[in-house]
Amino acid sequence: MKYIDEFRDPVAAKKILSEIERLAATQPHRKFMEICGGHTHAIYRHGLGDLLPESIELVHGPGCPVCVIPMGRVDDAIHIAMQPDIIFCCFGDMLRVPGGKSTLLDARAEGADIRVVYSPIDALAIASKNPDRNVVFLAVGFETTAPSTAVTLLNARERGMKNFSVMCNHVTIIPAIKSILDSPDLQLDGFLGPGHVGTVIGNYPYQFVVDQYHLPIVTAGFEPLDILESVFRLLRQLDEGRCEVENQYRRVVRDNGNPVALNLIDKVFTLRPHFEWRGLGFISHSALQLRDDFADFDAELRYPVPGVRIADPKACQCGEVLKGAIRPWECKVFGTACTPETPIGTCMVSSEGACAAYYNYGRYSQRGRIPVKVV
Amino acid sequence: MNNQDHDTPPESDGRKAVLTRIEEWRRRPHRLADDFITSAHGAGGKASQSLLQAVILPGFGSAELKKANDGAILDVGDESRVVLTTDSFVVTPRRFNGGSIGDLAVNGTVNDLAVMGATPRWMSVAFVVEEGFHIDDFRDVVADIARAAMIAGIEIVTGDTKVVGKGAADGIYVTTTGVGVLPDGRDLAYANVRPGDKVIVSGSIGDHGIAVLIARGDIELQAEIPSDTAPVHIATEALLNSGASVRWMRDPTRGGVASTMNELAMCAEVGVRLYEQSLPILPAVNGTCELLGLDPLYVANEGKFIAVVAPEHEDIALAALKSVEVSRGARVIGEITDQHPGLVVLETLFGGTRIVDMLVGDPLPRIC
Repeated sequence: MKYIDEFRDPVAAKKILSEIERLAATQPHRKFMEICGGHTHAIYRHGLGDLLPESIELVHGPGCPVCVIPMGRVDDAIHIAMQPDIIFCCFGDMLRVPGGKSTLLDARAEGADIRVVYSPIDALAIASKNPDRNVVFLAVGFETTAPSTAVTLLNARERGMKNFSVMCNHVTIIPAIKSILDSPDLQLDGFLGPGHVGTVIGNYPYQFVVDQYHLPIVTAGFEPLDILESVFRLLRQLDEGRCEVENQYRRVVRDNGNPVALNLIDKVFTLRPHFEWRGLGFISHSALQLRDDFADFDAELRYPVPGVRIADPKACQCGEVLKGAIRPWECKVFGTACTPETPIGTCMVSSEGACAAYYNYGRYSQRGRIPVKVV
Repeated sequence: MNNQDHDTPPESDGRKAVLTRIEEWRRRPHRLADDFITSAHGAGGKASQSLLQAVILPGFGSAELKKANDGAILDVGDESRVVLTTDSFVVTPRRFNGGSIGDLAVNGTVNDLAVMGATPRWMSVAFVVEEGFHIDDFRDVVADIARAAMIAGIEIVTGDTKVVGKGAADGIYVTTTGVGVLPDGRDLAYANVRPGDKVIVSGSIGDHGIAVLIARGDIELQAEIPSDTAPVHIATEALLNSGASVRWMRDPTRGGVASTMNELAMCAEVGVRLYEQSLPILPAVNGTCELLGLDPLYVANEGKFIAVVAPEHEDIALAALKSVEVSRGARVIGEITDQHPGLVVLETLFGGTRIVDMLVGDPLPRIC
């Protein structure tokens, strides 16, 4: 397949791997965090962990938008979905995310009209087809998906839609990275930067990682060769004593991002004073809410939401996993009480969650190199 | 492919302990924690298994049912044995590129008989129709069933029609029951599967699920992907008569190749190793799956089957399959191993490995 095969070429992969091995041999154990859940998924799906030298450890980061939604927010979403006359639209990933007592999938079985959509525009189309019903779209995602929610809302306002609203859970990546870097549990040697977020915000916002924390970061694409090349670039920076924001994903990411998309985000959203992230706790200015002039489209203002904060189950260590402090299988309930079919934590729900990726793809690896703890 | 590396994974103790713990949990009898039926229970994956194990099997529980085959082999005290199978069809939309609910209703049942090694002979057809369903549409369904039955050489000998109130069903549901005859001496069973055996698929995978997904129009994709719905009994006969030692066969419908292979690994207590580079996937199916984040291994097929054959008969088996139109694209996609019993492992293009587990949830509801 064009645009895919060239980034999955085993011969090219071998070449990069031998370069990686050459550099790794001269360096101490390296711990790199891939921030984005898309990378985590790709690493396990293609079995890349097996191929890297033992001295290179990939740590999974917080960049799975479904995984960071706290249980209380899921309960709020279920509460809205159960209101009479509502058509509740969300991405398929969200259906199985556990709230305090139930999931959206349970709510659907109990009679709520919950539909899976692939884009917020689809939810708007459902609203215009059903003028006598109220349609709510559950918006989740980092800066990658926020522009499409913004376009949808602008479109809805232009058309004077009265029966469409959005429950906004958009989050922003930079405060999350800061929170990880400030966490005392973790010693990292560099980052694989989230390529898709990069398409929107560009590379400049990552400069603080270099300036304040003196760690290299390489914005990486999502195909196997992209990831391997980015690991190589991190090693090369360390080898040459450089520390920079590098862009491996040049075919898509511009240094200044996508100004049109950024402008759309700015038009529709404003920063929330604070937002609770699952496992990371409350982080200031880390999420988006609708601006006042879009208040009519704000589902949280339109419908009563309980807004109750629910503590994560004690056994669940999603927070530690999201921070990269422990690996999925080090969690006590991993693979036993917590599996993809009966997830306790969010990391086991989304296919981009570190636990689900490891459980579904990674748990039988031909090289048992992973659980060795290196201080 | 360098298989020697894989045979002795130098696993550390901690990791081994985790794997053992997970495997113990996977082998426990399925528990049904849900209070309500959800679409996942109908998807052919893990939830379907737990409904089967926790409610259906304890409720009925005959020895033949517990064998968990696609059909039952009935001993009628004669020389040849009779195979019975049944299936309901609720696909939406009723017509899609390459087929219709009528085609599926016949081919699904014919194929369940065929992979049991039986010759399809007789079939019943039952309809549940929603009040207000157009007679012309009903005629179309009947015509499709008649045509598909003629092609498959199966005779429709009895049936039933029920009408329910408006809103009590979505248009029309079809249930077919098939009876086939199992020639003497044919023995296909999980217990026959041995390490070293080859896993053969009869053609490209994932076509049906993607065809229905596109026909549904929820996503604006323009791709020419016809469903593969077709009877496979001529191909299974050709294979069984080729002289190759065939251990076991199954048609990978709901839940796709991945779920079928997991059932095999669990029931036969063997490991299955698949090769990513050998999987036959049409470019358009692959592209659609990439776009939507689906894995073709989990997407349904309605005109394909998987056969496990003795390694020394790989060539005879492939030659026999390639001589029949419906299985012209047959190829070996993996092998049976005594490593990792109960697990299906995929060797990726790069020589890495990943687990292929049972389907969880339901990415594409109502595809058949």
